[in-house]
Amino acid sequence: MTERVAAESYDLMAEFDTGEAVVAAARGVRERGYVALDAYSPLHVEGLAEALGFRSRIPVVTFLGGLFGGLGILTFQIWAQAIDWTLNVGGRHASAIPAFLVPTFELTILGAALGTFFAVLWRSHLPEPWHPVFEVPAFARASQDRFFLVVRADDPGFHPAETRALLVTLGALEVHDVPR
Amino acid sequence: MSAARDDLPRDDDARWVRGGHDMGSVTDLVAGAVAPARTRKSWLLMLLVTFAGVGVLFVSVLWLFSEYVGIWGIEIPVAWGIAIASFVWWIGIGHAGTLISAVLLLAKQPWRRSINRFAEAMTLFAVACAGLYPILHLGRPEHFYWLVPYPSTYGAWPQFGSPLVWDLFAISTYLTVSLLFWYLGLIPDLATMRDRATGLKAKVYGVFALGWRGDARHWARHQRGYLMLGGLATPLVVSVHTVVSFDFAVAQLPGWHMTMFPPYFVAGAIYSGFAMVLTLVIPARRWLRLTDVITDDHLDAAAKLMLASGLIVAYGYASEIFFGWYSGDPSELSLVHSHLAGHSAPLFWTVVTLNVGSAMFLWSRRVRRSVVPLFVLTLLINVGMWLERYLIVIGSLEHGFLPSTKGEYTATFWDWSTFLGTLAFFGFLMLLFVRFVPAVAMAELREMVPPRRALRPPPPPAGPEVTP
Repeated sequence: MTERVAAESYDLMAEFDTGEAVVAAARGVRERGYVALDAYSPLHVEGLAEALGFRSRIPVVTFLGGLFGGLGILTFQIWAQAIDWTLNVGGRHASAIPAFLVPTFELTILGAALGTFFAVLWRSHLPEPWHPVFEVPAFARASQDRFFLVVRADDPGFHPAETRALLVTLGALEVHDVPR
Repeated sequence: MSAARDDLPRDDDARWVRGGHDMGSVTDLVAGAVAPARTRKSWLLMLLVTFAGVGVLFVSVLWLFSEYVGIWGIEIPVAWGIAIASFVWWIGIGHAGTLISAVLLLAKQPWRRSINRFAEAMTLFAVACAGLYPILHLGRPEHFYWLVPYPSTYGAWPQFGSPLVWDLFAISTYLTVSLLFWYLGLIPDLATMRDRATGLKAKVYGVFALGWRGDARHWARHQRGYLMLGGLATPLVVSVHTVVSFDFAVAQLPGWHMTMFPPYFVAGAIYSGFAMVLTLVIPARRWLRLTDVITDDHLDAAAKLMLASGLIVAYGYASEIFFGWYSGDPSELSLVHSHLAGHSAPLFWTVVTLNVGSAMFLWSRRVRRSVVPLFVLTLLINVGMWLERYLIVIGSLEHGFLPSTKGEYTATFWDWSTFLGTLAFFGFLMLLFVRFVPAVAMAELREMVPPRRALRPPPPPAGPEVTP
């Protein structure tokens, strides 16, 4: 298999059967200078994304979404009820902030939630119905009980045979080729 | 987040799954219950029955749009009938789902993972049923969109100080956030369904799975996002029934105008919601053969929360009576008298017996862990909580300040057909849910079981760094 002419155009996908094993392997390949790495797991494995040098900034979006929603509707209510179309309710002040707090609270939550949800998808480039990894038959278990570490062929240190050997050393049960 | 989760002892997690499952078998178990190759007759029969009920709802709504709310038993002074009582009841039921999925997520309770998906689905469908009522009750339901602040040619805006507008914001936000929370948690499980299926089934699940492939970076964002949504849903769940209680508390009527209403309503919501979760989960776990992951321990834990919220409800009843008496207001006093020994006394004492009396049985560990008594109790509590809302809505409206504002209310055929119709609609949606959607969060269950049961391979050859 390593003799294949177009071998460089294939990513290598190592299969593991525990989360600990894939985290250890991810750390192992990172230590050897590989950077073009992906990992796949059927559940959230603590420390796996961190082992690939990744940190999520989703909470920032949550905060901004909430801020936008809350301030937006509060300003709008004041404008609508005190400036654009003044309503006299029993002689109360037109911009009666306490009365506006329920919509303000609700839209803070709504803005934050919509922002969070779409940021999770947007930043992950989902929906993305097809991806090269789906071409590996064994990958069907990535959503069930197997863990995978991919070293992409565009890594500067990638070498079909050596990288494969390294993955086997790091405990891969099997190493698959991923067509690019 | 990561550190705290790792700190949980594995044994504690594992005790919530029986039968020595591993990741593969737990996936087989849950996915096997979904979309089975052969449709079960019992499911089809129940689907047909509930579908007939959906037809009843459809006809009732159609008739309402033609004749307006006069077909219901409402009249001045009792302008809100069982439609509003049912609205409060349905919204309350939704609350347990959010509580299980969001509050217990933040509290890091491992047992939520077996029932959160199911309870969230219940929330969605209950809120959908609830949302119908205020719209139908508008008098001119076809103009419901006038509540939305959009730039209309009338140049007018909705009155933002009105509880009706608050309801619109609260319920639509609740429905949207519940849907997002539910769907975000569902995406990895839909991917599992996609990968296990072939042909058209795989394509349909594939579309809804959005191409999820379990990428570690995606998981990191997904888990952060999920936690954020949990954090947002927690204040939301408290706020929604608070806003619903404002519908009453903002009015001046005896028995409504109380600062205690928000917490009283929220506790009642959680109480009735847990009752409904158990009413649904007890038969469903057997029917779906999921007793390995929804164990008696889960029922026990849910029943304990039900007891706690039931006690707050009992406190609510006591303070309702106390504050009515303490106010010294003749109208309030006469309502208290009516509840304790007058016109509404039979209903009041039924409510107290069903809600407070039933909760008392939950002190017993034996009751909490035996399926049949627990199931019966949850049914009684469901009925009791519906009657409580009836008492709050109609009991107060029948009892105004002046002799001229005293009235009687009797629900008509269309009142009942609408309510029974929403019950059937709810059941119909739940049946579709258990048939086509993984009823238990598989990706989360995998966190509680070992990856491989018997055949654990020898540790990998010693690399430079194998310790996790």
